[in-house]
Amino acid sequence: MAGQELEVQKKKELASQQEKTIPARFYMPSTDIFETGDALKVVMEVPGVPKDALDVKIENDVLSVEARIETANYNGLEPVYTEYSVGHFARSFTLPEQVDQHNITAQLEDGVLTLTLNKRPETKPRRIAIQ
Amino acid sequence: MLYSDPFETLMQLQEALDSFRSSAWLSTSTSGGGAFPPLNVFRKKDDIVIVAEAPGLKKDELEIQVKGRTIQIAGVKTVNYGDRVSLHRRERTSGRFSRSLDLPVEIDADKVKAEYRDGMLAIFLQRAEHDKPRSIKIA
Repeated sequence: MAGQELEVQKKKELASQQEKTIPARFYMPSTDIFETGDALKVVMEVPGVPKDALDVKIENDVLSVEARIETANYNGLEPVYTEYSVGHFARSFTLPEQVDQHNITAQLEDGVLTLTLNKRPETKPRRIAIQ
Repeated sequence: MLYSDPFETLMQLQEALDSFRSSAWLSTSTSGGGAFPPLNVFRKKDDIVIVAEAPGLKKDELEIQVKGRTIQIAGVKTVNYGDRVSLHRRERTSGRFSRSLDLPVEIDADKVKAEYRDGMLAIFLQRAEHDKPRSIKIA
């Protein structure tokens, strides 16, 4: 089956504005951001991260996510062929003004983290009735 | 060791993984199509463990087939935005993928186990009994 194109996804290493104090490398989770009428949704891929190793916080209008993988799973395994490296994930976004910072929900399923950032009611689109 | 520093462990793991990046172990024998999630292959004594980062897959859409030395992994990854949304950033990939690997050892097809947890796919392969190395006693 030679000649067939195989495209293996590349992982992006985190080039952070804030440096980490630990020596290991962090990775940037692939993220989709989209907007619905009521909310801004941030969907991040954090494979290998259990629920209790997830840290989502807001400080000074910056939403930051840190997700830690479990290295214990690799005990006793000896690599023979590798295409990616493992590491914790981290990424942060500056929140736009219309987001209600007290009304944010997070959900983790199969390594996909979905953050729903609800908009402040006064910024939601309104339909204007024509008289 | 009196204590083990988990960050030190991670760094050692990262270094170990880096040094086997696209090693010759599978040589020219991986082929497939689509945006395949990256995979790592490990050895655990006689057995082989294949690990892939595959967030957001549906378990029942994953297909794993083993025959002799060849293992085929296929699946589909869907990304759903819903109706009437405006996209601001799009980095996640989606679509159908399949890949086959020719391993340098023979696999016992009846003893293959696969696990999918937290977006990680792990396939545990046992080396076929007749393929295992035997130590020869010198009389």
